[in-house]
Amino acid sequence: MNWALANRDLLVELTWQHVWVSAVCILLGFALALPVGWFAYAANRSPRRPMRQLSGGVLSIGSILYTIPSLPLLVILPSLLGLPWLSVLSIVIALTVYAFAIMVRSVADALRSVPPMVLDSATACGYSRTQRALTVTLPLAGPVMLASLRVVSVSTVSLLSIGALTGVRNLGSLFTNGYNRDFTTEIATGIVLTVIVALVFDAIIVASGRLLMPWSRVVRAGGGE
Amino acid sequence: MIEFRSVGKQFDDGTRAVSDFNLVVPSHATVVLVGSSGSGKTTLLRSINRMVEPTEGQILIDDVDVATQNPVELRRSIGYVMQHAGLLPHRKVIDNVATVLRLCGIPKKRALDRSAEVLGTVGLDSSLYTKYPSQLSGGQRQRVGVARGLANDPNILLMDEPFGAVDPIVRAELQTEMLRLQRELEKTTVFVTHDIEEAFALGDQVVILKKGGEVAQIGTPQEILADPADDFVRSFVGLERGQRTLRIEEKDGQRIVVDEYGRPAGVLQ
Amino acid sequence: MSLINDTVAWLTDSAQWSGGSGIPWRVAQHLGYTTITVLAASVVAVPLGLYVGHTGRWKNTAVLVTGALRALPTLGLITLIVLLTSVGLTPAIIALAVLCIPPLLAGIYSGLEAVDPATVDAARAQGMTETQVITRVELPLALPLIIGGLRSAVLQVIATATVAAFIGVGGLGRYIIDGLAVRDTPRVLGGAIIVVVLALLIDALFAVGQRLAFRHASPADSHPQLKEKTA
Repeated sequence: MNWALANRDLLVELTWQHVWVSAVCILLGFALALPVGWFAYAANRSPRRPMRQLSGGVLSIGSILYTIPSLPLLVILPSLLGLPWLSVLSIVIALTVYAFAIMVRSVADALRSVPPMVLDSATACGYSRTQRALTVTLPLAGPVMLASLRVVSVSTVSLLSIGALTGVRNLGSLFTNGYNRDFTTEIATGIVLTVIVALVFDAIIVASGRLLMPWSRVVRAGGGE
Repeated sequence: MIEFRSVGKQFDDGTRAVSDFNLVVPSHATVVLVGSSGSGKTTLLRSINRMVEPTEGQILIDDVDVATQNPVELRRSIGYVMQHAGLLPHRKVIDNVATVLRLCGIPKKRALDRSAEVLGTVGLDSSLYTKYPSQLSGGQRQRVGVARGLANDPNILLMDEPFGAVDPIVRAELQTEMLRLQRELEKTTVFVTHDIEEAFALGDQVVILKKGGEVAQIGTPQEILADPADDFVRSFVGLERGQRTLRIEEKDGQRIVVDEYGRPAGVLQ
Repeated sequence: MSLINDTVAWLTDSAQWSGGSGIPWRVAQHLGYTTITVLAASVVAVPLGLYVGHTGRWKNTAVLVTGALRALPTLGLITLIVLLTSVGLTPAIIALAVLCIPPLLAGIYSGLEAVDPATVDAARAQGMTETQVITRVELPLALPLIIGGLRSAVLQVIATATVAAFIGVGGLGRYIIDGLAVRDTPRVLGGAIIVVVLALLIDALFAVGQRLAFRHASPADSHPQLKEKTA
């Protein structure tokens, strides 16, 4: 505790680094996964076989990207892109790739989970394609997407600390530094702060879900149609 | 008036649902299409608002071919009630009813007022207006579904097995309600069901369909019972099983009506 | 690009393919750590997962704990456990095993939970004992999801074992960590490529296994992939 107070400035700086980098990766990953996942979902429903194969291909690429272990990806990416290892940009790209890889499949799954009967009924009421996509399909897929966004958020915050091994500064720096100095307090502080960041992110996601989808709790509680 | 002219439908996978179907649904009348699964009844219903595009023939509403109309505009002008109600789970009851009105560009305030009015007409308690569909019982949801179909005051109402998923008691209640609404509102209604009792209860005209949309008989319930066209109809309406041949028995001084097998069907007064 | 040539040169140098720091030995070490870690984690995860999945009790706690474990940063946990105990292989394996429990556990209890209760009920009604219900009905039907959990767990250990090289254990992570320390880029990249290839190969093996298991559990259906990531 004394150590933490004495090094307040350092901790604030590292936490801030951790927060903004992971927030950018999570949001960017989601922003990319939404259109691509939607494309995979739509292509999968196409009557044309090549389109359905393309859809499967997109999802498989997501799955393969996801299989690549984090530290190797972190060192390979900068070399591929001609960036220095220390670059924050390369870790942002690496973690965005993971966030995208997890989200893209669950966006497609979420859209598929919307009951066809509700979509049919919306069409029968006279929704145009675009209206239906934006005001019926998207919100109804929301809860499943939200659940996967929570997984992405936790894993991104936790994975980011690996970046410390290549020299990027964030809460992970407390682990490498603490280990080299044989100083457990520093490591423990780092773990606690990382978990707190993960919890705060999770709380923000859950709260925005409740705000944006007030019906989702009721629907779950009531068992739905 | 809705007119089917030699309507046929073959789906992309090659299955034929309907061929050469002809029917006139007079204005303000209720016509019930009744048949087993595979009789093409839902396909026919859904061709009216272009949820299904027929592969042959024409459908005319007041002498205008629906194929010439914009499908989205057409659907907004026709009320549609489906099995399980098909309400939007993320909208409150009253917003569900206001859906079509809002789609037609009616200001929110007016749309909500009108929705409350229609919900009153179908007999839903006003305390339920701000609930979500999942918080309602099956029967209540179905009333909301009917209200949604009526909200825009359409001339035509399409009903696809709307009471198929509720228990028999609620079902009877909804059917009575439906008859009252029909007397008051006089919509041109096409109603699809597989239940002949429901067809006889609600239909001015009943169309009995065989497999593939072939018409077995068209007529009023009385005509069909009095003069069934063939063995298929006889069997379909239950004349063969003896449920429709009733006789009177005396029991403990009460005159009881029983069917051919002696199963009590009611009391004669 | 000379970097690519250098990396290829490093990978094809016969000196890398023999001896105590050669690629074959490092791969064997890496796979050895992975196997020991997954077995150690299974000792905890299997009985716990079967209990939670079969009885439905403690389900919320299990979800909460596995979620919380996932939030723990791998590197932090490994360094902390090693410093608190002693430097060496055993504490590193313990740390890796702790992180490996969530996916295994989740695979088992969600697999058992996904079995149709009516099927379980019917098995019991026919006179199966609880053990028979688990071994003859629930486990075979839950197998695809359990293998899915195993797949996530194994891939995660392959990834975290690489990170564990930081605290001095062997395996393929050595090339990356040591290479980074002396700025030997071809070694770093060569090591990274081997880990990636290894992970993709093992993932492909599991994909096949999962498909076979699913065909066994539900011959007439297809199944989505189920994986997760924490390292």
